[in-house]
Amino acid sequence: MSHRKLGWAGRCLLGVLAAAVCTAPALARQDKIGKAEGFVDIVAWPGYIERGDTDKNFDWVTGFEKQTGCKVRVKTAGTSDEMVALMNEGGFDLVTASGDASLRLIAGKRVQEVNVNLIPSYKKIDSRLQQAPWHYVGGKHYGTPYQWGYNVLAYNTKVFKSPPSSWEVVFKEMKLPDGKSNKGRIQAFDGPIYIADAALYLMHNQPELGIKNPYELDEKQYKAALDLLRVQRKLVSRYWHDAFVQIDDFTNEGVVASSSWGFQVNLLKSKKAPISSVVPREGATGWADTTMMHADAKHPNCAYLWMEHSLNNKLQGDLSAWFGSVPVVPEACNGNPLLGPKGCENNGINEFDRIWFWRTPVANCGGGRQCVPYYRWVTDYIAVLGGR
Amino acid sequence: MTAAARPTPLQRLSSLLYLHPRLLLLLLLAPPLLWLGVIYLGSLFALLLQSFYYIDPFSGTIVREFSLSTYRELFTAANADIFLRTVLMAAAVTVAAAIIAFPVAYYMVRHASLKMKALLFLGVMLPLWSSYLVRVYAWKLLLAKEGIVTWFAEQLHLTWLLDAILAIPVIGGPSLSISYIGTFLVFLYIWLPFMILPIVAALERVPRSLTEASADLGARPGQTFRKVVFPLAVPGVVAGSIFTFSLTLGDYIIPRIVGNSRPFIGLAIYQLQGVAGNIPLAAAFTVVPIVVMAVYLVIARRMGAFSAL
Repeated sequence: MSHRKLGWAGRCLLGVLAAAVCTAPALARQDKIGKAEGFVDIVAWPGYIERGDTDKNFDWVTGFEKQTGCKVRVKTAGTSDEMVALMNEGGFDLVTASGDASLRLIAGKRVQEVNVNLIPSYKKIDSRLQQAPWHYVGGKHYGTPYQWGYNVLAYNTKVFKSPPSSWEVVFKEMKLPDGKSNKGRIQAFDGPIYIADAALYLMHNQPELGIKNPYELDEKQYKAALDLLRVQRKLVSRYWHDAFVQIDDFTNEGVVASSSWGFQVNLLKSKKAPISSVVPREGATGWADTTMMHADAKHPNCAYLWMEHSLNNKLQGDLSAWFGSVPVVPEACNGNPLLGPKGCENNGINEFDRIWFWRTPVANCGGGRQCVPYYRWVTDYIAVLGGR
Repeated sequence: MTAAARPTPLQRLSSLLYLHPRLLLLLLLAPPLLWLGVIYLGSLFALLLQSFYYIDPFSGTIVREFSLSTYRELFTAANADIFLRTVLMAAAVTVAAAIIAFPVAYYMVRHASLKMKALLFLGVMLPLWSSYLVRVYAWKLLLAKEGIVTWFAEQLHLTWLLDAILAIPVIGGPSLSISYIGTFLVFLYIWLPFMILPIVAALERVPRSLTEASADLGARPGQTFRKVVFPLAVPGVVAGSIFTFSLTLGDYIIPRIVGNSRPFIGLAIYQLQGVAGNIPLAAAFTVVPIVVMAVYLVIARRMGAFSAL
């Protein structure tokens, strides 16, 4: 038996100090990939990990399973909070966390540091994402970027001959190019994070408020955003939450402009609806997801193999075509038949610098400033929707 | 061989239970009572307990100390709107469901042939077999601005009527699917079977001899209905109303799909606990429907609803 093997296992048996010593290897960064354990358990957004069940052209699991012998087991979660809850419960190896969940997971020590040297494809990732603040904390990597996307301004091309240049069409009462008011014909997102969209609009159109980041609002800036949303409430007939309900509202309810996702716009376009999308001059809010590894992952080797696999060009391109998101590996944009030559461009790869990626608003927002925390965003947004 | 065979343990247990019937009762009842007590009431108390915690305004984390500050937060004007909106909707749905359900139930019990009755039962139950979500989405399409109802109104040259209905302040809106009227119609459709079935049960228990006796004593059919049949069927109506009222009170899916996005209690709770992680306020919110239902059930009990369930 080699001396090394006795290593920490031997020491563990030595009694009183064992507990402290034994936990150490689990927390330490892994420095080589061992034998595959046969399984990898992933918490993911619906549609993020496809094995060809819905459409057999979209399958990035079967090949991986054959090649590595790691069977992929997916648990889908509908919200970031659900993801955090599942990770707290344990029993999973990986999670595709958005910017709001990722920092909470790191702060709660639910995920472990990832050794990017074991993931050769990490170098291929868009350099702007390699050390993004929602997964790179204190000089440590806590995961591999997976995909990103953003909220677009969807509009009806019959009403708007040229794309609207500002989000003001959904924030202020005005006559649209067809001569009728926008009242009752616009929509907004039914989630408290939409307050950031209002703040983003104010950041550009009321510079005297001094908003520097739409997720870091002090009381005065926050109040201005809520006031803007109260004006909007009078114009919005229904707030959208479910992508398919919104698609229906664009086709059957006479909605002509709304914040939306590439997903709905692509689907509407495929049905020949006169809908297109734009990122107005203020920019837009967006999301960036990271594959993170559980602190107590039972199948770390398979998890590393999956993280490497998740960055291959084919998967990144196929997923982008399937979900309407943007690959984190720029070279995945070329030569993917499902995505097409202009796929990445259509999904918004050139807009990166104008996107404010989703983050959980916290009370302590740095520089001695006191910001309004997220839980108040929720109660106040409920009040705004109720007409208060 | 004289000594009697000693009883086996099983026999002894059997005699023990025979001699102590209360012990047997206890053993039989313990599992369901534990289920009710621990799983059901226990979780309810855990919920109530949570509502006395509060969220720390600076860090946004839950502080597990007794406090009434969450309840202070609960009784704001915006939340009062939500309670009022939900209770009014539940009441409106209940009243309308009773008005529609009673004649249907009456016909089923008193007039329909056996075959017709079976068919009607099937008709009432059938929607319950299909997915709730599918039916709600179908209603969204029916009520949409460019949906079937609008189309029918156009064909019948009744667009003016539809517009007049939609122009009613507060409950109207740009289209049926974006107004309280739409939300109300869908609630009414979804919960109607839960009103019809208890009324049928109650009417079936009204003996025909009573109506005959009433007629013999000279009552006109209308009088018989008002003074004999209806009072005896009221417990059924009240029992049905418990279902329609409480189901409307708690639903958070219908107002999200059909309506004008003004929040109902269920929606607010869903957002507070799911999106915000503000469990104390969500728990405090759930206390409101619990109190409303408790009051409702006390009244319903007085009206004899529990004997008609």
